Amino acid sequence: MRSVKEVSVAIIGGGPAGLAAAVRLYDKGIKDIVILEREKMPGGILRQCIHDGFGLTRFKETLSGPEYAQRFIDMAEERKIPYITDTTVLEITPDRKIYAASKNGILEIQAKAVILAMGCRERTRGAISIPGERPSGVYTAGVAQSYINLYNKMVGKEVVILGSGDIGMIMARRLTLEGAHVQAVFEIQPYSSGLPRNVEQCLRDYNIPLYLSHTVTDILGKERLEGVVVSRVDEHMQPIPGTEKTYTCDTLILSVGLIPENELSIGAGVTLDGRSKGAVVDENYQTDIEGIFAAGNVLHVHDLVDFVSREAESLADAVAAYIENGELRKCSLEVETDTNITHTIPQKISGEKSFLLSMRVRQPMKNCEIVISQGGQIIKKKNFKKALPAEMIQIPIDAEKLNSSENLEVSAIC
Amino acid sequence: MEQYDITIIGAGVVGCAVAREISRFQLRTVVLEKDMDVACGNSSRNTGMLHAGFTYAPGSLKAECTVEGNQEFDQVAKELDVPFKRTGKLVIGFNETDRANILKFKKIGEINGVKGMRMINREEMDKIDPNAGGEFAMYVPSSGILDPMQYTIALAENACSNGVKFRFGSKVEKILREGDTYRILTSSGEFRTKWVINCAGMYASQISEQLGYPNYPVRGFKGEYYVLDKKAGKNMPIPIYPAPNEKGGFATHATPTVDGNVLVGPDSYLTDEPEDYKTTKEHMDGLYRDGLKMFSEMKREYFIRNFAGIRWKIYNPSTGENQDFVLESDDAHPHTVNLVGIESPGITCALPLGRRAAAIIKEKEQPDNNPSFNPCRKGIRRFSEMSPEEKIHAVAENPDYGEIVCRCETVTRAEILTAIHNPLGVHTVTGIKNRTRATMGRCQGGYCETRITEMIEKELGISETDVRYSKAGSYMFTGKVR
Repeated sequence: MRSVKEVSVAIIGGGPAGLAAAVRLYDKGIKDIVILEREKMPGGILRQCIHDGFGLTRFKETLSGPEYAQRFIDMAEERKIPYITDTTVLEITPDRKIYAASKNGILEIQAKAVILAMGCRERTRGAISIPGERPSGVYTAGVAQSYINLYNKMVGKEVVILGSGDIGMIMARRLTLEGAHVQAVFEIQPYSSGLPRNVEQCLRDYNIPLYLSHTVTDILGKERLEGVVVSRVDEHMQPIPGTEKTYTCDTLILSVGLIPENELSIGAGVTLDGRSKGAVVDENYQTDIEGIFAAGNVLHVHDLVDFVSREAESLADAVAAYIENGELRKCSLEVETDTNITHTIPQKISGEKSFLLSMRVRQPMKNCEIVISQGGQIIKKKNFKKALPAEMIQIPIDAEKLNSSENLEVSAIC
Repeated sequence: MEQYDITIIGAGVVGCAVAREISRFQLRTVVLEKDMDVACGNSSRNTGMLHAGFTYAPGSLKAECTVEGNQEFDQVAKELDVPFKRTGKLVIGFNETDRANILKFKKIGEINGVKGMRMINREEMDKIDPNAGGEFAMYVPSSGILDPMQYTIALAENACSNGVKFRFGSKVEKILREGDTYRILTSSGEFRTKWVINCAGMYASQISEQLGYPNYPVRGFKGEYYVLDKKAGKNMPIPIYPAPNEKGGFATHATPTVDGNVLVGPDSYLTDEPEDYKTTKEHMDGLYRDGLKMFSEMKREYFIRNFAGIRWKIYNPSTGENQDFVLESDDAHPHTVNLVGIESPGITCALPLGRRAAAIIKEKEQPDNNPSFNPCRKGIRRFSEMSPEEKIHAVAENPDYGEIVCRCETVTRAEILTAIHNPLGVHTVTGIKNRTRATMGRCQGGYCETRITEMIEKELGISETDVRYSKAGSYMFTGKVR
C-alpha cells in the first residue's frame, strides 16, 4: 500500500484536466502532488475516444484521444509525478481531507490544495423523461462508445440516435463503420447541439440524415428495443400531435447532454452554479471553499480537450501561487450576464488580474457582438459572424482595463 | 420431468412468501416463474410502503393481514436482513372535509387494530417534519418503508436455502388435473405436483380458472412514478400523504425510499393489458404538475427514472365495487390454494398470506417440520452503509471491497460478485441491480454498466451475446466488434 499522508496538492481525476494541472504544477516547482484515478490507467474519457481531431489547437496536429492523453501521461511520467490508479475518492472534506478506496485499503490524504478534475457524466433517458417501455438496447452515446471501443462489444444493428451532441454524431459514424445501419439523428432543438465539423464529417459524409426540432416520444419493445416513435416539436419543444412516425430499430443511442460530475464537490461544501452545473469559481479557479479548485469538464462542459488542458494549466498557475503564498487575492466582484449568455467562467473576479473569460450563448446568433463592461464602461468588444451554443467563446480580459470596484457585465447583442 | 409435493406459480412477493412459509415443512416445493428473476411484476412496481391498515374495511382479509404484517415486520426485517425503516406516516389535511375524511379512516384503523394513530397540530408537525404541508395531520407511527425488491429476493433466498427450488423462464401453459394430482406444462418442461398454489399476480384469474375456480373479473389500476435523486430526499424523514378521499384513495404523493430517494406517484388510471408497464408523456407531465404542488424538491434536475405498476383488483361487475383479496381452498378443487386479487397492500400482507396458505397445507398433509429450517438469511453487506472503521476492515479482509464499481451508489466489486453468484442463480443486469443498487443512481449505469456486464460474462463463463438486461429476449450485445 502506497500510503500518502500529507501532500501539497491532491488532484482528483487523472483525465486531461488532472494531468495538465499536474504537469504545470510540477514545472512551477510544486512537486509534492498526487493524482488519484479510479480507472486502471490515467487518460480519463479520452481513452475511449479513438477517433481523431484532438490537439489541433494544442499540438497543431490531429491526434486520437488516446494519443492526446498519452502526450500528457508521458509528460507526467517523465517528471515522475505520482498517480494512484484503481482508487476511487469517497469523500473530500471542506478542510481538504480526502478519503479514497482501493484494493490496498482506505487511503487518507491531507492536502493543502485540492484540484477537482472529475470530468462529467451523460444525461440519461430518465433525466429527460422519455416515455415508453423499458427494453434493452437504449444506450447513452458514451456507454455505447465504451462498449465498442474499450470492451469490443457491438451494441446493435439498426440504430436511431437522439441528440446531436458531439458524442452522438461521432457514434453515428463509429456504428456505421462497424456495420450497423444508422437511420437518422434527431435533435429537439432547431439547431445542432454539436460542432459543425462533426455534422459534416460524421453525418453528411455518411449520408446520415439529421432532423432538427424532432424528439423521441415513445419507446417500443418489452424485451429488446423494437422501435421508437419520433415526433416533430413546436417552438416550446413540445411534441406536435399527428407528426408521430415509427422507426423500427433495435438500438437507441442518446446524446442528450453532459453534466459536470460534482458529487464530491457538493460533499466538500462547494457552491455550484445552477447554470453551468459546475462550481462557482473565481479568476484563480478557486471555489468558495478555500484551497479547493476546479477545472475542465467538472467545472463546465467543454467542446475541445485542448481548452480543458489550457484551463487546467491556468488553474495550476493559481494553485502554485496559493501554495507559495498561502492565500490568493480575494475576488468579490461578480460576473453578470444578460439572457443571451448561459453562463460564464469565472463567475467572480478581483478586477486586478488578467483572466480568460469563457462563455456560451443560449441560442445561435448571427452578426452579434459580445460586449464586456464595468459600470457602463466598455472594456472589450468582440464581433462574431456566427455564435453557436455548441461552440464555447473565450475572450482574454486584460487587468489593466479593469477596475476593482464594479461587477463585470457580459452581454451578447445582435 | 420434475416431481414435487408443492408447486407455487409466480415468484412475486406473495409466491416467495408462501414458499418461505412452506419451507418450514418437509415438503418438496418448487416455484415456477415465467421471467428470469423474482419480483419482475408489480412486486417491484410500488411505493415500498409497509402499510398500517387504516383504509381497509374492518373484517376484511386485507385489513387483518395488513395489521398482522405490519406489527411483525421489525422481526421479519431482522430475520431476512432487509432494509426497513419504521418512519411513521403523516396524513395531512387543510380543511374540514379533509379532517372528516381523516377521522373516518382513523376510526376504521382503530377498529382494524392499528395502534398509536393520533391527530396532531401544526406545532407538532413541525417537530416531525417542518417541510410537511397542511394545517393538521394524522400521525400513524406504525407505517414504514422498505425495499420491495430486496424483500422479495430475501424471502426467495430464505426459501431456497431451506430447500425450495426456483425455476425461472417457466411460464405455465396448461394445468392438467389427474385425480388428486396435477401435471403442469410450462415453457421449460413438465412438472408433476400434488399441490398447486396460485400466486400468479396479474395472471391469477387465468390460473384460477384452470384450477376450476372462477375467472375472477379484475381491473388494472395503473400508476406511474418518478424516481428522484437522493438530493431531493435529504429533507424527507417521513412519508407524507394527502388526506384520503372518502373511498380511501390517495392523490399523488411523495414518499422517501428506504435508500434515500424520493418516489413521486402513483397516479391512477385503468388499463386492460396485464403487463402494461410503459410510462406515458401525459401521466409523466401530470405527475410533474401535481408533484410541484406538494413537494418543493420536484425539480427536473433530480429526475432519475420513471416506472409504472398496476394494482389488479377484483371487482363486482354489477356494483362496480372493488373486492377483498381472495384466498381459498376447498375439496372441490383438491390440493389447491387460490390467491387472487392480491394487490396493494400485497407487500405488507405477503407473509401473513403465506402463513395462511401454509396452514391449509399443513392441516391436510400433516407434514414433518423441516429440521434444518432457518428463518434467517443474510443479505449482501453494503460498503456504503459501513462505518469508516468497518470499511477499513472490510477491505483488509476482502480487497474487492476496495474497488468501487458503481460510483453513484458506492457499490463495490465484492458486492457485485456476491450478487452474480446469488443463491437463486439469477444473472440478469437488472437482477444484479436489484441486489446491489448498482446502476440505480443518478448516472443510471453510465459508469458501471460496462463493468457489470463484463463481470457477468467472466464470472459465469458466458459470451456477450448471452448477457440479458432483464427479460429472456433483452439481449444487450449482438456480438463482438471484430
